[in-house]
Amino acid sequence: MNARIRKWQEKLGFGILIAATVFVILVLVVILYDIFSKGSGILSWEFITSKPRKGMTEGGIWPAIVGTFWVSLVTVVFAVPTGLFAAIYLNEYAAQNRLVRVIRIAIRNLSGVPSIVYGLFGFTLFIMILKIGLSVLAGGLTLGLLTLPWTITASEEALKTVPMSYREGALALGATKWQTIRTNVLPYAVPGMLTGTILGLARAAGETAPILFTGAAFFWPLLPSFPKVLTTQFMALPYHLFIMATQHHAIVKVRPIAYGTAAVLIGLILIMNAAAVYIRYRFRKKYKRL
Amino acid sequence: MILNTVQSAETGRVGRIRAWRRFKEKAIEAFFLANGLFAVVVLIAIFSMLFTEGWPALKRVPLGEWFLSAEWDPTSPVRESYGILALIVSTLMVSVGALILAVPLGIACAAYIADVAPPKVREIVKPVIEILAGIPSVVVGFFGLVVLGPLLAKVFHTGNGLNGVNGSILLAIMALPTIMSVSEDAIVSVPQELKNASLALGATRWQTLMRVTIPAALSGIVASVMLGMGRAIGETMTVLMACGNAPAMPHSFLDPVRTMTATIAIELGETVQGSTHFHSLFVIAFFLFLMTFAVNLVSDIILQRVRRRMGGA
Repeated sequence: MNARIRKWQEKLGFGILIAATVFVILVLVVILYDIFSKGSGILSWEFITSKPRKGMTEGGIWPAIVGTFWVSLVTVVFAVPTGLFAAIYLNEYAAQNRLVRVIRIAIRNLSGVPSIVYGLFGFTLFIMILKIGLSVLAGGLTLGLLTLPWTITASEEALKTVPMSYREGALALGATKWQTIRTNVLPYAVPGMLTGTILGLARAAGETAPILFTGAAFFWPLLPSFPKVLTTQFMALPYHLFIMATQHHAIVKVRPIAYGTAAVLIGLILIMNAAAVYIRYRFRKKYKRL
Repeated sequence: MILNTVQSAETGRVGRIRAWRRFKEKAIEAFFLANGLFAVVVLIAIFSMLFTEGWPALKRVPLGEWFLSAEWDPTSPVRESYGILALIVSTLMVSVGALILAVPLGIACAAYIADVAPPKVREIVKPVIEILAGIPSVVVGFFGLVVLGPLLAKVFHTGNGLNGVNGSILLAIMALPTIMSVSEDAIVSVPQELKNASLALGATRWQTLMRVTIPAALSGIVASVMLGMGRAIGETMTVLMACGNAPAMPHSFLDPVRTMTATIAIELGETVQGSTHFHSLFVIAFFLFLMTFAVNLVSDIILQRVRRRMGGA
């Protein structure tokens, strides 16, 4: 092959790769544009802060936002400490033995378990066996189990970024392992863990299948205050979108509300993602200075 | 004599403190280990829950019916039937359809980001594409329902456009981020010396990419495809909203299909707890779990092997 043909071939090949990348970005843009352009018509302060009215054909989505907030809070309170502690073991204590390999295989496989299976598991464990009832608690814990593999992985990544010399310095001064982790590892891993936590939260907030059978309600406009809120059913943004899109008796009429719900949900998730990226960025800059 | 007692009291106290400290350290380590083991416990619990809850239905309905019959009609007043063949075929159909779309796109994107794009472009493109991974499946399903469905109906002149094609396209969107990021990792981790050797022999960057880098990263890419497949098989909300949900054997991609995940989501709320129908949904979930487990395990084994090889090189 002569050089000109090869040059031409390279240009064509790279062109195809660029086209594929542009296409994927275009898909993203089309989805976001469709949701936001058609959702923005209904978006208003009132839509966000008022309850659904008239058989959910009018009014806002405030209870769904509050419900999503509470259920996500339960998710975080359960999954973040558990994930962090597991990550501390894996990154700071674990030797390369069979037990650790089994734990790692379990974590990777948990992250591949379909969300609907988590829903069934949560239903069986929390509703049928433990009988805590359809509730924020049951939904949040189910989502917590789902996010566990992500929080473990994110925490471990954060711990890995702490330089080995920090640990060696403390150990050389006679600190015990736990003292070392507490004073010289965890403080530096916090931003990374925060990033991972927010990303996990964003994913949990958008999940629908796990809360289908564990507490999400069609219409539940009044949520009591803490701690009573933990034991009631709840509305949630993703489930509300699902209902408005497929189950409502006047589907065409409520389409704007469905679009508005989708826009708020995506907006929330984008904000959380942006926050996570920002924290990661700040953190990296700080480390460069050190 | 006096000096001696003082000394031994001293070592006694120090010894006690040391012992206490050792005990504390051990206890803390055990606590963290317990949290690590929790993941194993959950995985085993999920598996055994699906099996024990599915067992009553597995016992009542002959094994042949599950897999050989395509008729899923557990609420029939005449004769209940529990054939999940159509559901399995539907699941595999939309998943394979998704891969046909997502694999070339995902690998091309990964190759571009990892090997071709200038660093500045990469810094922008990568996070933008990561946003795709953050879009909830229910929103993607909604998009399929209200935008893609009508569009497909117009193009193919069929019904409402809620069918296998719609599901495949949506699942491709869901699987893309996984395929892309894992493939990208694989392509990035190909040793620079390999590429340099190829370039030094006069190959163009394109030839190097196609004949050296991608073949070297192939096992990682295969693993990414498997992971994407796992995601597609397990997706619930998108297929529930955009596939039409007819529980019959699909004959083409333009037929409405109903996957295993959608069946569970639709029917669990409608069954009587404890009935054979109720337990049969756990049987579906059990086989679904086995399918995703197998796919994930294979990709995991491949990735571990790649890591060891790349680490050793």
